[in-house]
Amino acid sequence: MAYLRALGGYLPARVVDNAEMGVMTGADPAWIKQATGIEQRRFAAPGETVADLGLRAAQDCLEAAGVSAREVGLAIVASGTGERRFPGPATAIAAALGMAGAPAIDLPMASAGALFGLALAANLCRDYGNVLVIGAEIMSRVVPMEPAFRDAAILFGDGAGACLVSAETGFAAIVDSILCSDGDLADALRLDLDGPLHMDGRTVILHASRKLPRTITELLERHGVRPEDVGAYILHQANLNLIVRVARAVGAEESRFFHNLERYGNTSSASLLIAAAEWRRATPAELTSPVVLAAFGAGLNWGAALLGPLSRASR
Amino acid sequence: MDNRTKIVNIVRTFAPEPIDPAPCDSLFESGLLDSFSLADLVSALETEFSIRIPDADLQPRKFDSVERIEAYVESRM
Repeated sequence: MAYLRALGGYLPARVVDNAEMGVMTGADPAWIKQATGIEQRRFAAPGETVADLGLRAAQDCLEAAGVSAREVGLAIVASGTGERRFPGPATAIAAALGMAGAPAIDLPMASAGALFGLALAANLCRDYGNVLVIGAEIMSRVVPMEPAFRDAAILFGDGAGACLVSAETGFAAIVDSILCSDGDLADALRLDLDGPLHMDGRTVILHASRKLPRTITELLERHGVRPEDVGAYILHQANLNLIVRVARAVGAEESRFFHNLERYGNTSSASLLIAAAEWRRATPAELTSPVVLAAFGAGLNWGAALLGPLSRASR
Repeated sequence: MDNRTKIVNIVRTFAPEPIDPAPCDSLFESGLLDSFSLADLVSALETEFSIRIPDADLQPRKFDSVERIEAYVESRM
């Protein structure tokens, strides 16, 4: 069994609200809120890098865990917006943390990257000990903030999230996960080397609306968990309208679906762990019911993970 | 009720305002329906016509007008 030991996050200081976004892109601030649920997002400072953001989230996570970087056996860093082709941000983060030569792996995977990292960590922790999973993105540099890119620009923000996965201890058991990919739709959402971000929003939304609920339902059925018995659903924070549709399709109350995209927008691979960290801070008591994590994004890649209370896991 | 009438009725349920789309009118490019309505529309078509729409067919252009929807639905019946 693997356990989720701690979570952390970091958001850059600069707040960009819908009024400012409206000035840059020509979008009506009220329409942005209505179409996405987003009210503001954060933008990284000019000198900040993806690794800088990831480092801060990792430090927050390790502090929450009470674990030093030297006790981390492996780092997995998901990002679709690293500043160079290679090396990615993983080794820079590991070095800055002082991980003492432990391996650091990049997952160049937007949106669903942190979920994939967490699922991999749940298996790898038996060999590597504590596995640090990080999602870090600077989306504001890959989407031009101008009217021609309005529909994508309004969605995204910058940030980083992190979690620590352990084979020995934690606040939640990582019970199971389902990961899926469909490369036939790789062009629907992509960032070519010369950019900018290309997004066929209609196709992505259509597939996300169908694949995410189906995957969550399959995972719950596999473990005999009813949708109404899940204490919290934490999804990649892409769009509030998508989250509402997933809730409806899964058959669970919307109120069980945690969301913070109102304040941070879509931070791609960072959003799941930023949301999970905030959920955990707001819900620090012992876990008494299952929790579902789920994400969908470029690739197409998507999946879901089931977390369970410790008492159930040990039975 | 013929298939086209059924499809128009379904389309109307997802429009924010009363609409009377011509068979060839673009539903999404024209803004008659928003992107999120597409997923709802596909689910409603499956229910109304008792068909299963596979993921490989989840291409927005197949559902962008009443006549395209009609052609697709009838190919699945």
